[in-house]
Amino acid sequence: MSAPGLSLIARPRSVLPGFRLSMGFTLFYLASLVLIPLMALVLRPFELSFEDLWTAVTATRTLGALRLSFGTALAAALIDSVFGLIIAWVLVRYCFFGKGLLDALIDLPFALPTAVAGIALSTLYAPNGWIGAVFMEYGIRIAYTPWGVLVAMTFIALPFTVRTIQPVMAELRGDAEEAAATLGATRFQILSRVVLPALLPAILTGIALAFARAAGEYGSIIFIAGNLPNISEIAPLLIVIKLEQYDYAGAAAIGAMMLLASFIMLLALNALQSWASKRR
Amino acid sequence: MARSFFNGRSGSRRRSFRSPTEDSAALKLTLSAIAIAFVGVFLVLPLLVVFTEAFAGGWGHVWTTITAPDSLAAIKLSLTAAAIAVPLNTVFGIAAAWAIAKFAFPGKTFLVTLIDLPFSVSPVVAGLIYVLVFGMQGWLGPTLAGYDIRVLFALPGIVLATIFVTFPFVARELIPLMVDQGRDEEEAAVSLGANGFQTFLRVTLPNIKWGLLYGILLCNARALGEFGAVSVLSGHIRGETNTMPLHVQLLYENYDYVGAFAIAAILAMLALLTLAVKSFLEWRFADELAASHRH
Repeated sequence: MSAPGLSLIARPRSVLPGFRLSMGFTLFYLASLVLIPLMALVLRPFELSFEDLWTAVTATRTLGALRLSFGTALAAALIDSVFGLIIAWVLVRYCFFGKGLLDALIDLPFALPTAVAGIALSTLYAPNGWIGAVFMEYGIRIAYTPWGVLVAMTFIALPFTVRTIQPVMAELRGDAEEAAATLGATRFQILSRVVLPALLPAILTGIALAFARAAGEYGSIIFIAGNLPNISEIAPLLIVIKLEQYDYAGAAAIGAMMLLASFIMLLALNALQSWASKRR
Repeated sequence: MARSFFNGRSGSRRRSFRSPTEDSAALKLTLSAIAIAFVGVFLVLPLLVVFTEAFAGGWGHVWTTITAPDSLAAIKLSLTAAAIAVPLNTVFGIAAAWAIAKFAFPGKTFLVTLIDLPFSVSPVVAGLIYVLVFGMQGWLGPTLAGYDIRVLFALPGIVLATIFVTFPFVARELIPLMVDQGRDEEEAAVSLGANGFQTFLRVTLPNIKWGLLYGILLCNARALGEFGAVSVLSGHIRGETNTMPLHVQLLYENYDYVGAFAIAAILAMLALLTLAVKSFLEWRFADELAASHRH
């Protein structure tokens, strides 16, 4: 552990060995595989002149893609927060046959490769698919329209809301609810004034995580979206298209916008967490 | 009579003795139905479609697709990429958790945020950053090309993409677990004369083994299934740089739906197996996993 660079890391007072080795490896691995490559993305757009960068980001097609990705991701995150809350409530509070199976299935979007989800959703919601055919009778097309993007994003982001709300809900003690009941509150008042406020940080965190995942999602969406420029073309797909045209700077400009959004989400999440821990 | 009145089992009186923290039967039924219907439509139906479509052409067609040379090459490439990426991220996860859980140093929260960073980056952006570094117009691309080393559109690129998207899995499982466990046992081992390696092998490892397995399981599932990042870096050369998910896309876009769903069915089986093992670990070894998984 005599590497000169590592001696900069002050050795903490502890009898346990291996701090410099483990810390050194952690920082080296993190920097070389994540931080330095990310720097390439942050610095690359500056190789363009400001006008070129502005043109690349404000092109109608780029703006349309960014609006679709972020707008639909927000809608999907909100849908998932409502159903995630219900599913978490059912899993934590109720007892019924098949609950374990329901619980295990929630993580399916984590475990199922996104390409598999993509072709399955696309087949399911196509005009001749099981669900698509039902909607077609009412003249509504889901696959190959922005609705398809919403369906795929709702699928992919569901575990984030359920798994964020569920553990916090499980830790809620019944005493506050019992106290509210002895003071004469109705069940609805208890739920809306006692239970929901306690869950609010977890719900917001779940929405933020679901939003971040949905906005960046690629594999499950491109099969069902139809990918028409300005209508159903998501931002990650536009990056891929620009790369295939060897427009590295243009791809980097969109990538940097998406990275900026991720950073803002991370900051918001950290702020949420410190707010939540202060409330406790 | 009095007894049955007080324990609330006297039929007509039953409803008024429901605990204030319990929902009415009607609400229970409604919410359970909504939850089951939502999971059924959004999660179970897509899964059913995969298997129905795969076996639409019968077992024979599935077998022919899977054993075709291109499919076997895709399976081999996916397994190779996972076999390199998962052990590397496991070593990193253990090192990071050891440093963060067993020592106090400034900037710890920031370091944990940085380790989680790859989860909040779009997979396509993950692929893009390596193109910007290793591409012919990139920082290192021309230099490496001088030594005849190919990163893009070859195995190294695919491995890099896989490492990036699975980066935090093992670390984020081990860090909260090892922080919870503290360092008393390790300090005892060291004070009794164990060296660092012995302490880790005989004291720490037995304590974290199920958490470690849990992290590796999730890491491996994502490594085998990654699509976006790998898609940017692979170049889609059939039979050479196509992983299993990319091969699914290729077959699907060539209108070989049965073939695409046959490969998809293998991946879906792996996903179900992962979920089964994950649920088993959460049920059997709940106390030895990070607190957020105990339910």
